[in-house]
This record gives sequence, C-alpha cells and structure tokens, in this order.
Amino acid sequence: MQAGAGEVDMVSAALKRFVRAAACVAWLVPLAAVASEGGPRLQTAPINAHDLASLQNGAKLFVNYCLNCHTASYMRYNRLQDLGLTEAQIKDNLIFTGVKVGELMQSAMDRKEAKDWFGVAPPDLTVAARARSSAAGSGADWIYSYLRAFYRDPARPTGWNNLVYANVGMPHVLWQLNGQAQLHEEVFPSEHAAKAALIATRGVALLEETHETKDGKAAFVLKTLTPVTGTQSAVDYEKTVTDLVNYMQYMAEPSRLERRQIGFYVLMLLGVLFVLVFALKKSYWKNIH
Amino acid sequence: MAALDKQPVTGAGPLNGLLTWVDARFPLIKLWEDQWGKYVAPKNFNFWYYFGSLSAFVLVLQIVTGIFLTMNYKPDAAQAFASVEYIMRDVWGGWIIRYMHSTGASAFFICVYLHMFRALLYGSYRKPRELLWIFGMLIYLCLMGEAFFGYLLPWGQMSYWGAQVIVNLFGAIPFIGPDLSEWIRGDYVVSDATLNRFFAFHVIALPLVLLGLVAAHLMALHEVGSNNPDGVEIKNQPKDPKTGLPLDGIYSHPYYSIKDTLGVVVFLIVFSVIMFFLPEMGGYFLEYNNFIPADPLKTPPHIAPVWYFTPYYSILRAIPPLFNSQFPGVLAMGAATMILFLLPWLDRSPVKSMRYKGPIFKSAVAIFVVVFLILGYLGTEPTNVWGQFGAWLGNADRATVVARICTAIYFLFFILMPWYSRIDKCKPEPARLTW
Repeated sequence: MQAGAGEVDMVSAALKRFVRAAACVAWLVPLAAVASEGGPRLQTAPINAHDLASLQNGAKLFVNYCLNCHTASYMRYNRLQDLGLTEAQIKDNLIFTGVKVGELMQSAMDRKEAKDWFGVAPPDLTVAARARSSAAGSGADWIYSYLRAFYRDPARPTGWNNLVYANVGMPHVLWQLNGQAQLHEEVFPSEHAAKAALIATRGVALLEETHETKDGKAAFVLKTLTPVTGTQSAVDYEKTVTDLVNYMQYMAEPSRLERRQIGFYVLMLLGVLFVLVFALKKSYWKNIH
Repeated sequence: MAALDKQPVTGAGPLNGLLTWVDARFPLIKLWEDQWGKYVAPKNFNFWYYFGSLSAFVLVLQIVTGIFLTMNYKPDAAQAFASVEYIMRDVWGGWIIRYMHSTGASAFFICVYLHMFRALLYGSYRKPRELLWIFGMLIYLCLMGEAFFGYLLPWGQMSYWGAQVIVNLFGAIPFIGPDLSEWIRGDYVVSDATLNRFFAFHVIALPLVLLGLVAAHLMALHEVGSNNPDGVEIKNQPKDPKTGLPLDGIYSHPYYSIKDTLGVVVFLIVFSVIMFFLPEMGGYFLEYNNFIPADPLKTPPHIAPVWYFTPYYSILRAIPPLFNSQFPGVLAMGAATMILFLLPWLDRSPVKSMRYKGPIFKSAVAIFVVVFLILGYLGTEPTNVWGQFGAWLGNADRATVVARICTAIYFLFFILMPWYSRIDKCKPEPARLTW
C-alpha cells in the first residue's frame, strides 16, 4: 500500500511540476490571440453532420454549382451512399458527366482553359474544408463566410470581389440566390472605436488599418456588406450555404462520424483494460516495499 | 556440447519441449534473462520512467502501420497526394492506419523528449551511462531524419516547402553547400526524384539504422543497469540474503513488465483521444496547409515545420545572417542538437539526481525548460507574431529579440554547466532508495 501511495504522490508531484512549467508559458497565449487578429472576422458555420437532409441538399448544390469548374477528384460518387442515397438516386440526380457511379468527381472543364479564363485553375475542393482551417476558425467557417462575402466590384475582371478572399478569381456563382451586395466602408480615427463598431455589426466583416488619410495619420476602416436578397431571402440563402458547407465538411473527411463512433468504443474498451491491468499491477506489486 | 549442459525449459506448458529444443541450439533463455527476464532494476521508478518503454512501443506502432501504408501509398509526385486521400477514403480501415501513423509521429517525439528530460532530471547520462546516452542521442538524430523524410511523403504544400527550406539549409554551407543540397534533392528543386529517394530513406534505410541503435541502446542499458530517481547505484549495494538481489533491486519481469503494460494502456487512452477526436491537433500534428497538394510555383506565406522541430527552427531564425549567408544560423541549429551529446561531460555535479542537486542546477533546468518551450512556440509562428518594439530598439520584431535571448540562454545552460554544476550546493546522496 505504501508503495502505491508513494507512487501516486510522485505522479502528482511530477504533474504539478509539469503544470507549473506549462503555466510559465501560458502568458504567451493571449499575446498570440491578439497577434492573430487582422484577417476577416469569420462567421461560425451552423452545420450539423448528422442532418442527412442538409447533407443531401448540400451534395445537390455542390454538383450543380461547384463541380462545373472545380473538381473533387478524391471523392467517388458512390460514396454519397453515406448520406442515405441509393446508387440509382446518385446516378439519376447527381451525375451530369455520364461517368459511372464508382468514379471520381471530376470536372467537365479543361484545366488549361480554366487557367486562361480565371488566371488560376479552380482548385480541387475535396479537402478544402480541412485546408482552409486556421486560428481564425475552422475550414467550414471559412467557406461559410467566404460564400457570404461576395460583393460587386467593377474593378475586377469578373465584376466580383470578396471580403474574406480579396481579389479572388472566382465570380459569385450563387449570385442569383444571394443578390448583389455592395461594399460598405466606414472610417474610424481610432482602433478602439473601430473595434467597438466591429463588435456591434453582425456578419462577415474586415477591419483594416490604412495610412491613406489626408494628413497621413493611421485610420481604421471597417468593411462590411450591404444586406441584399436575391431569389432567396437572406435566411434561405444562409440555409443554402450552410447545407453546401455541411456537405463539403463531410466530403473533406467522409470517415469523420465513423471515426468518433469507433473512438468512443475504443476508449470504453481501453477503460476496462485499464481497470484490469491496474488491478493486476497492484496485485503483483503488493509485496514490493 | 553446450546442448547437454543446459537445463530443460520449464513453465511454458505444452511449449516446453519446443523451447528446450530451440534453447539447445540458440541462446534463447540466456538472451531473455540477460535482456529482460532476470534484469535487475531499482524499485522506485516513477512517472518519468514510463517513456522509455513507451518510445519502444510507438516505434513498433510506426513500423507496423508504416508497412500497411506502403501497401497503398505511391511515391510519385503526380500520385502521392491522391494516394494518401485514397488511403483515407477507399482503403478499408485506411484512415485508422494513417491517423495512427501521423499521430504516432508526434507521439514518438513527445515520448522521446520526456524520456530525455528524465535523463536530465536524474543524471541518467552520468558515468557509467555515457555510451547509453550517446546511443540515445543517435536514436534522436535518426528519428529527426525519419520525421523529416516522412513528412515529404504526403506531398502537401507544407511537405514540399518544408523540405525545400530544410534542404536549402545545407546550401548555406560554404563552398560545398549548393552542390550538397542538389545532391540531396537529386534535382534543382524538390521534385519527383526527391520524393522517391526520401521514400527509400523513410521506409528502409533509417528504420534499419533506428532498429540497430535501439538494440544497442537496450543492450547498453542492460549492461550498466538502470539509474533511478535517487541516482543510487543499486549494483553497489549489499545483496539481500533471501533473494540474492541488491537490496533495492527487483526483477524487471514480472514487475516492470506489468507496470510498463499499465503505462502502455494509459498512453493508448491519450493516443486514442487524439487520433479519434483531434487527429489534426489544432494544426500541430497535421498542418492545415498540408491538405493542399504541393505546388512548386506557389510559396505559402508562412512555412512552419512540424512542432517537434520548432525549437531548433527558432534558433536558426534567431541568428542574424553574416555576409548575406544563413550559415551561422545553420551552424547554431546544428550545434544546438550536437551539444546534447556532451552532456555527460558537462555535468560535473557530485550527485546525479535532481533531488540532491543544489538550487543553481535546479533553477538552470527550470529556465532551460521554459526557454525550450518558448523557442518551440515561436518556431510555429511568423517572426512578427508579437509585433514590433518601438524605435528605441530599431523597430525590431519582439519575437525575434525574445528568440535571440532564449537562444543565448539555451547555449549558456550547456556551456556554463561545468562551472555551475561544480559550485552548486548539493545534498548528500543516500545509500538506499528513498522513493
């Protein structure tokens, strides 16, 4: 018993020492959080990976709107059976390029031509929801904000610009649903006032420091978008984007739900194993003083 | 005839006959007893002593999962990225194997760093364990190579540009540098040729060396015996008349067999939480940019190595270039690893363990740990992460100044050790273990 108690003490002492060491560097964290500001403020995507209707609608939106230019070339159509669809449903409703249901989601657009048209070939979107993750938010948050951040900009070749991804080559493919937002800029003399205004606004917003004032002093510009409606109301468009992002999150890692489920069982099993091995260890060590 | 002198094997039930037959022709029982079964270890191993066996466990995990990954991975610049996604999606159980391998890489370094820290805490590198420490350091270097070569294989943006940056470091070596880095890459830039040779190094060359070094490390350990948290040499103790073992010694088997098994179970619980619920670990174990296929024409704005290299990467960046050459930084980075080899000879303290060392050594180690963690953190961030100092410091990046101070402390910890370890006021080492 004595041995056991001493050991627990030692582990807790070691842990205490470790926590103390960690606390020494903990003061760095708030500094890092301050430093990571500066990019656009992203909106949290209200997605639900268990909502099959949303995922199916997202898949439909994806093949209709995205797959014309983009590819999802690591994803097979028949994997969409995960979303509660049958192979026949997939074949009849989601495949427009005439390929077999077991094939990868390729685009009909020629990559070389695409590069000529947009300046850059539209990237593959299979794992976009993972690649776009950052300290500012998850990849899903980024895409969700990006698809709600297009505005009219006559200076751009496509006529569109984006608050989240400045000077992006992609036009606003969902514009009929969303409407045509305009950029709204408000200039503040101090960072404090600008941040207060940022907190007061809803939606995607970008706070930038600018030196282009008349007297050369720094000023702060808060960029937001004017509210608009297209063929869909603002609420319906949010739902559309949510479903699409939900699907893209699924597509980036189709095994995600399975992973968590298996993980849960593995942890339960290891918990049982821990109790058994712990008891075995105690019994072997009971005579060691 | 040695076969006739040996006792028949007992205690293996129906296998007794077979094992006796093998033992008559191969030093089976001797090997087992020398290396583990009759190896006498101190009784008082604590928390820190789990990480040796855990490192060995992760090594096995990496080799086994690695074998299954190679069955579907394609070391080809045009197919590598897609083949990893193929493993993640189309190979049955592929994602489990891949996450085990990617989480295992970080877990390996966590275990090895804690294992090395244990040696620092209890003076496990001191005489007669200098060679044991050197084997350990060689394993650490080999592991760094293994991690570096392996990280190119997914062929994502960070794989590609991380390799580009590190190979270019060799280019900073005067005279031979440019030719050397070209020789390593097999091309003018990181390319398909580089991927193929890195694959060869990662899956066969370095694992072979690693296994040999681990065997040497274990044999050296079982020759000199384990140190312990008190730094007491149990071999010098009188023998217990009942057991014939040193007073504070016990057999590894079954005592540490079962204790290390418990350690493995706890490790697996932590490991499973990460690999099933946080496989990316917030971008530290799997970097987000690595989900973008390698593009030789598009340099990412911020290239950060994986977390286990970042303390050294910070040191590299902290050293200012000399005559437009990064060589001083490269040299400092190399020296920061190599100086660890000298630890057995730098520590002149009369005692081994931290428990009996004086306040100076204890403070030095505490500062060293903090400095190592700060350097590690800064290496993951761009140098402007903390903004700039005012004009009074030439608008220098705060993070760079902090990294420079930390780099200086890192080296001073080692360089001054012969001096401060000797003048430190130590407590006397006990004759018996104190737990």
